[in-house]
Amino acid sequence: MSGRMIGVDVGGTFTDVFVLNEADGSATVAKVPTTRPDQSGGFLDGIGREVEDLSEISVVVHGTTAGTNALLERKGARTGVICTEGLRDVLEMRRRDRPRTWGLRGDFDPVVDRRDRLEVPERTLADGTIRTPVDLDAVRKAAKQLLEQGCEAVAILFANAYANPDNEAAAVAAIREIWPNPHVSASSEILPEIREFERFSTTALNAYLQPEVSGYLTRLENALRSGGFDGEFMIVQSNGGVMGVNTASRLPVRTALSGPAAGVIASGYIAQSAGFDNVITGDMGGTSFDVSLISQGQTMLSAQTSIDFGMVVRNPMIEITTIGAGGGSIAWVDKGGLLNIGPESAGSNPGPVAYGFGNDRPTVTDANVVLGRIDPDNPIGGKLERLDVEAAGKAIDIHVGEPLGLTRLEAAEAILRVANSRMAGAIRLVSIERGFDPKRFAFMPFGGGGALHAGAMLAEVGIARAIVPRYPGVTSALGCVIADMRQDFVQTINTLVTQLNQAALGAFMQEHVDQGMALLDASRTTFERREVSFELDMAYVGQTHTVPVSLTVKMTDGKVTAPGKADIEQAFDTAYHATYGRLLKNGVRRILNLRSAVTGKRPKFDLSSLAPATEGKVAPSSTRKVHFGNAWHDTAIFDRLSLPVGTVIKGPAILTQPDTTVLIEPDFQGRVDSFGNTIIEPQGED
Amino acid sequence: MIEIDPITLSVLAGRMEQIADEMDATLFRAAFNPIIAEAHDASHGLYSATTGDTLIQGKSGLPIFVGVMSFAVKAVIEKAAADGDLEDGDIYIFNDAHIGGTHLSDMRLVRPYFRNGTLFCYLASVGHWHDVGGAVPGNYNPAATEVFQEAFVLPPVKLARKGEINQDIIDILLRNTRLPQSAMGDLNGQLGALDLGVRRMDELLDEYEADTVSAALAALSDRAEALMRSELQELPDGRWETEDFLDNDGITDEPLRIKLALEIKDDQMVLDFTGSSPQCAGPVNIALPTTVATAYVAIKHVFPALPANAGVMRPIDVIVPEDSLLSAKFPAPTGGYTETILRMIDVVFSAFANAAPGRVVANAYGTINALSIAGKRSNGQPWVMFSFYGGGHGGSVESDGLNHGNAPISTATIPPMEILEAAYPVMFRQWALRPDSAGAGTHRGGLGAIYEIEVLEENGAQAFLFGERGKFAPKGIAQGGDGAMNVFTYEQDDGWKAPPLVSKMRGIELKQGQAVRLETPGGGGYGAAGHRSPEAIARDVARGHTSAEQADQDYGPAWREVTP
Repeated sequence: MSGRMIGVDVGGTFTDVFVLNEADGSATVAKVPTTRPDQSGGFLDGIGREVEDLSEISVVVHGTTAGTNALLERKGARTGVICTEGLRDVLEMRRRDRPRTWGLRGDFDPVVDRRDRLEVPERTLADGTIRTPVDLDAVRKAAKQLLEQGCEAVAILFANAYANPDNEAAAVAAIREIWPNPHVSASSEILPEIREFERFSTTALNAYLQPEVSGYLTRLENALRSGGFDGEFMIVQSNGGVMGVNTASRLPVRTALSGPAAGVIASGYIAQSAGFDNVITGDMGGTSFDVSLISQGQTMLSAQTSIDFGMVVRNPMIEITTIGAGGGSIAWVDKGGLLNIGPESAGSNPGPVAYGFGNDRPTVTDANVVLGRIDPDNPIGGKLERLDVEAAGKAIDIHVGEPLGLTRLEAAEAILRVANSRMAGAIRLVSIERGFDPKRFAFMPFGGGGALHAGAMLAEVGIARAIVPRYPGVTSALGCVIADMRQDFVQTINTLVTQLNQAALGAFMQEHVDQGMALLDASRTTFERREVSFELDMAYVGQTHTVPVSLTVKMTDGKVTAPGKADIEQAFDTAYHATYGRLLKNGVRRILNLRSAVTGKRPKFDLSSLAPATEGKVAPSSTRKVHFGNAWHDTAIFDRLSLPVGTVIKGPAILTQPDTTVLIEPDFQGRVDSFGNTIIEPQGED
Repeated sequence: MIEIDPITLSVLAGRMEQIADEMDATLFRAAFNPIIAEAHDASHGLYSATTGDTLIQGKSGLPIFVGVMSFAVKAVIEKAAADGDLEDGDIYIFNDAHIGGTHLSDMRLVRPYFRNGTLFCYLASVGHWHDVGGAVPGNYNPAATEVFQEAFVLPPVKLARKGEINQDIIDILLRNTRLPQSAMGDLNGQLGALDLGVRRMDELLDEYEADTVSAALAALSDRAEALMRSELQELPDGRWETEDFLDNDGITDEPLRIKLALEIKDDQMVLDFTGSSPQCAGPVNIALPTTVATAYVAIKHVFPALPANAGVMRPIDVIVPEDSLLSAKFPAPTGGYTETILRMIDVVFSAFANAAPGRVVANAYGTINALSIAGKRSNGQPWVMFSFYGGGHGGSVESDGLNHGNAPISTATIPPMEILEAAYPVMFRQWALRPDSAGAGTHRGGLGAIYEIEVLEENGAQAFLFGERGKFAPKGIAQGGDGAMNVFTYEQDDGWKAPPLVSKMRGIELKQGQAVRLETPGGGGYGAAGHRSPEAIARDVARGHTSAEQADQDYGPAWREVTP
């Protein structure tokens, strides 16, 4: 089937739409304001601008922050919990942590009120033995009480349900008979993994999101269908894969990092197409700098994340390290005379001082404005007429310059140096800490502000080059079109390798494969190929942290042959040695969890269709004075999108496009590659 | 010494903090025992080559170590000076709490870092090992009267000479623990963290001149001092006295006094503990390094923006009477140091509440509640379940206290119930909040918890508890009420019993099907109860955090007029 493939990323300020015409490989992009509180308005408006007849659309893939926002703003549905006797407070007690190490302040309210957490007689032990069968009358009574109290969704959270789901399954069946909607989440269905708080939290948050997210997705789908859309509607998950809209409505907690994940996926693909398998991405927004690492084309996944204090979601997610150093991060001098950046941020509202919306403390963006790196007369984003350079300068004088005895320009340079150093620290952290040498990576800035700091990242970290994608502002929307379909599964096994029941392991693996394949089959997308991967979480007995052990598993006609004990032991030794550099003599090997992933590889489109012409005029549109180091430099300004392939621009220079400013510092150069990306590298290369 | 510009200083401060953070992370990942791996009862940092003062410390380690590690380094500096044989590649190891502070479970590794043949600084790693011998598995022996009944004692000795590990030391260590594999895993993790620290320092000094980094380290100390002085200057001058008590020392049922006179004058402060009880027979003594370190922890909670740097302590004088339980002499037992330092933090908070109530929170639950349940399985294999349990935090000027938090001296999380049930033959009948445990106040304290744990093993088990706050409640501040006290009971054939020493007991025999029950303290309240909004009280009652009777008693009946 040939038609239009559409990726839509709804961000805080803009909704980005990326449209690929499958027939000729051409692409167009649209940027419209995000509508609030219902994001579907901007979503449909954005698509409508590029495609008149919705029946021409074959696929719509959506990266959404609807779930994240509902969690952060506590806008989910009133949710009830039915749980094991004695455990109603697990959600509120967390893992006995605290919001901040020092000061001991702050309290915590879970998303489910204590009144809506009811206990029922039932108990399963850690070995799966049922000590107390579930009292189904009590379960029904509790469900009715929750409905009367006004709950729209319910989570069933039973102790040790990962080891034996029978009690929980019986309760869930009884509840589904009387619950008036599909918003029933069971812990053994959502996450059959040991650790009750993490499982309960993930399940309760799933229930909390179900009415909101499924309602939003249904509204979108209905609007698309009524406009004649007859294709497939899919949602990006936190793991960077896509899922069908029905799965997303059932498992909305898997969309918690949907938007950022799509951006990382796109970056990986763009970098790989341009010849870089190893890339570190940096998304600089208003309040934060988000860093992610892709090695040999593979994104890193982390097992869980906290959306906010006490709100833990345990699901494989693209690992994104966030530090509080965005464009809106505030620069301040502490009482000991040390210059700090963030974590306090002016965000996008009121935003930097230069925006003139009432903030009077200097931000990273203000430093860029004062130094001429951002054009005050043509602010990106189109919200403002011009920026107030003098106000930004004054704020820098008062809050940084005077306390440190620096001139305005020195203070602005100092703000950038400290901000760059913090950003560089985040890049070092994601690479070096995991044993990767950052010098072997390319840096890819995306989002609005990152490309202003690319040169500094190269200088600070020793990275050889940066790639600025042709459309950095719509990277996430592009990622939606590229992402594969992927489902992750987990099952706690908890056994010594020597006591492993190979048939039981094989049965779990088969179940995961069957479920994953069924989801792929149900999709109307064509896949280039399907991939299945298995991993065991393993450790020595007595050790707490596990290492992921990849298994090579034989499959014939969709049937899994479970690996033998010797294979598992050998795979563990390899993985353990790679992680810790040594094996433990006489150590007893233990398996904690099985993790499986089923992926349907979607066809990729050729990025060169986005490339500019190969010939054309290269002339600056203007020049501006920009401050670098300790002097002003006459700096040429170029219209970035019109630069032909192969152009090399020596720094200092600035390349502008509607939503991004690319800064090429002195001693660096920018080269337009055959895809229209700008490669920034030290002068004198090639 | 060269001058360093403020910007390079900011950059270098961030880089070095990252080195210490990375050392923390390395050990957390590699450690075998959950007290390090999950509870993060460990710490790493950079220390002065001449004084041992803390220069940089990781952000994720245990707060108490921020102050105490420099004593470990000082001990090594003295040892090396006496022996005259400090060399590149040496690593010292010891657990002697009278020299290095805290307790014998904390194994300290100290490694001199050389640059071009010259000693530049020390790197150190400390981690809480699962078992280091002694009378009680897990080393919380409430009946100890000498360190020798708590654990084996290792003074500072060279684990490595010029990069060559001395296997003899390792053999001795492993023969003296019930859990040699865990100990070996943790030791490997600590060695790995130190290796990493050396590599990172090498890289840093390749990039920046050693003089520049030295200048930065000196400047950071000066700035820490300046920061502390400016904070003190903002507080009113005055002298405030407070006292609080420990239930007993585990041997004799007599309360022990911790007395503090806090004096602030201009930009200086004195913490005078004169009048505190003398050294006691049981293990709630602490050594002087622990006392000084605890003063630092308390101060950092009052001023959270202070850096982990010894410069902070320059304007502060800590006076500790020579013969008190806060300056215990070898071989006095110190295994229960956590209880004493928690009480020290409580008295510091209570004293500060007089000077500036908005700066501090009311007392938290104030006990670590170290509970071990141990026995033998039917196949003869021994098992030890050892954990700390949480309680309520104090209310503050901005909010109610946190329900079920971790201790102020720690950032430790509690192991999941399911992990404990999978590893040991026990079942939690209850893992819940404890209603009516919060101190009343404009902002009430956080709730404590109830843990009821049943033994499933047919051979039964023995329980050991080391707790506190069974007789003296966590205090409220600014007229806030006190939190509920710690209550521990255990099941016997003829019903539930309480220990004679209330919060401490060893060798409780439990049969299969019998349980222990721990009801932990709530936090103290902040501000007068009369100022709490009726809506907040009604909500507490509706949620069952507070019973209607308790609400009437604490706040009067006005809340009954409000719909939650």
